[in-house]
Amino acid sequence: MIPSAFDYAAPTTVEEALALLAGADASGDDVKLLAGGQSLIPVMKLRLADPSLVVDLGRIPGLSGITDNGSSLTIGAMTPHHVMATDPLIAAHVPLLSQAAATVADPQVRHRGTFGGALVHADPAGDMPAPALAMDAVFNITGPAGPRSVEAAGFFQGYFTTAVEEGEILTSITVPKFDGWGSHYEKFTRVAQQWSIVAVAALVRVEGGVIAEARLGLTNMASTPLRASATEAALAGCAVDAEAIAAACAHAAEGTDPASDLNGDAAYRRHLATVVARRAVLAAVGLQGTRG
Amino acid sequence: MASSTSISVEVDGVSYTDNVEPRLLLVQYLRERLGKTGTLIGCDTTNCGACTVHLDGVSVKSCTMFAVQADGHKVTTIEGMAQNGKLAPLQEAFHQCHALQCGFCTPGMIMQSASLLKENPHPTETEIREGLEGNLCRCTGYQNIVAAVKSVADGVEYGDSGVCVSESLTHEVAKELTDELTDDDSETAGVS
Ligand SMILES: Cc1cc2nc3c(=O)[nH]c(=O)nc-3n(C[C@H](O)[C@H](O)[C@H](O)COP(=O)(O)OP(=O)(O)OC[C@H]3O[C@@H](n4cnc5c(N)ncnc54)[C@H](O)[C@@H]3O)c2cc1C
Ligand code: FES
Ligand code: FES
Repeated sequence: MIPSAFDYAAPTTVEEALALLAGADASGDDVKLLAGGQSLIPVMKLRLADPSLVVDLGRIPGLSGITDNGSSLTIGAMTPHHVMATDPLIAAHVPLLSQAAATVADPQVRHRGTFGGALVHADPAGDMPAPALAMDAVFNITGPAGPRSVEAAGFFQGYFTTAVEEGEILTSITVPKFDGWGSHYEKFTRVAQQWSIVAVAALVRVEGGVIAEARLGLTNMASTPLRASATEAALAGCAVDAEAIAAACAHAAEGTDPASDLNGDAAYRRHLATVVARRAVLAAVGLQGTRG
Repeated sequence: MASSTSISVEVDGVSYTDNVEPRLLLVQYLRERLGKTGTLIGCDTTNCGACTVHLDGVSVKSCTMFAVQADGHKVTTIEGMAQNGKLAPLQEAFHQCHALQCGFCTPGMIMQSASLLKENPHPTETEIREGLEGNLCRCTGYQNIVAAVKSVADGVEYGDSGVCVSESLTHEVAKELTDELTDDDSETAGVS
C-alpha cells in the first residue's frame, strides 16, 4: 500500500518544527507530525490520512530521554516504548510505565513507537494513556504562543483527541515519582500482539498492613482513559486481603461507557473491568497467584 | 507537488546515495531500488514481521518506515547476516533445526531473533516466544523456530551434520498457557 505523495521536512530544532507547522497552517496545507510512525504510517498507507507535508520530529535532539528532577521524572515525548520498558530510572520510580510499555504491540513496534506519540494519538485501546492519567502526569506542550502545561485530567478529551492543538508539539511528560507504591498494569487480550480489550493500571500504597491510597486507570472503557473512582474510594482503608480487594473492584465499571466491538460488547467489557481491576490490584500489593 | 529527497544510507556494509520520493517505504527502497529481495513483504500492515531489518542494530518493520527516515543510518538485512560466505549462527541453526517450511517468514524471524539475542543473550523459552510476538509463521507451529533460537543462545555449535535440538525444549510455555486458559475460562468468558 502506497501513501499519497507528500513533502517531507526533518527539522533539527523545536523552533524550526513550529515554524514549519505555522507556515503550513498559513498556506492551508494539511500537515502531520511524524514521531515513531507506528500509528501514522499505517493510516497513511490506508490513505485514511493524506497530509501534504510531514514534519519528522526524529532529528531533533533533546526530545527523547529521561531527566530526574528529584521528586519527579521528565520524559521526552520521543522516548521509544522500548526505552520506557527497560530504562532503570523509570523502573525504579515509575515502574507502572515500564510495565505498560512492555505490553505495547511487539518488539519491533516498541523500538520505533514513542511515549509521546502514543499519548497524542490517544487510541482508546492504547496502553500508555491510562497509566499517565492514574499518575496525574503533566503534559508539556509548546506552540506558537510558547510553552504551556496541561494536567492529565484535562489532556484526554475524546476519541483520538487531546489538548494538543494543531500547530503544537508535545515535548515532554512530567510524572511524579511513586517510590514506595506497588504498581501493576494488567492487560487482557486473547492473542499475542493485540490491543487491550480492557486493561487496568493500578498504583497502590500500603501502610501498616492497610491500603492507604489507590489510583486506578482504565484502558478501553470509554473513548478516553478513565479513573476508576468508586474502586479507588472503596480501596482506601481496605485490608490487604483478596476478598476485600475483590469487593472494592466490583465497582470498577461504575461511570464507564465502553464500546461494543468484535472483541466484546459493552456488558462484557464492564464485567472484564472488575476482573482485570482485581488482578491488577492484587499484583500491585504482591498477592499474585491469588487469582480466582 | 511533492519533491524527491536525497538520502545516504549504509545497507549491509555498502553506502548508497539515492533520490527518493518521501512516500517510498524503506522495504520498497531495499527491494525495488537495491534489489535486496531477501527482505519480504507479508502483510504490509505492521503485523507479520516478514519485513524486519535492523536500523542501527535494532529491529524495525521496514514496511512501517519511510526510506527518508533511514537517511544517515545503517540498515542490515538478512542479506548482510552471512560473513565471508559463512552463514551466521542463527541462519545455521534455522537450517539445522528445520525451523522453516515455506521460508517466507524466515528472514524476518532471523532478524528479530538476532535483535532479541542482542538485548537478552540468554532468554528463556517464554522470552523467545514473547520476543517473536511480532513475527507470524503460518507453517511451522513455531516449535523449531524457538528451538533454533534457544540453541544459539545455548552456544550449540553446528558442524556439517548438526543435530536438531527441538526435543530438548521444556514446553514450559505450553504448560503456562494451559494454566492461564483454564483460569481465564472461569471468569473472562463472555457474559452475554
Ligand atoms: C501492529 C501494531 C500493534 C500495536 N499495538 C499497540 C498496543 O497493543 N498498545 C498500544 O498502546 N499501542 C499499540 N500500537 C501503537 C503504538 O503504540 C504507536 O507507537 C503509538 O500509537 C504512536 O506512537 P508513534 O510514536 O509511532 O507516533 P506516530 O505514529 O508517529 O504519530 C501518531 C500521531 O500522533 C501525532 N504526534 C506524535 N508525536 C507527537 C508530538 N510529540 N507532538 C504532537 N503530536 C504528535 C502524530 O502527528 C500522529 O497524528 C500498535 C501499533 C502497531 C503498528
Ligand atoms: S510486511 Fe511489514 S510487518 Fe508484515
Ligand atoms: S515457514 Fe512458512 S511462514 Fe514460516
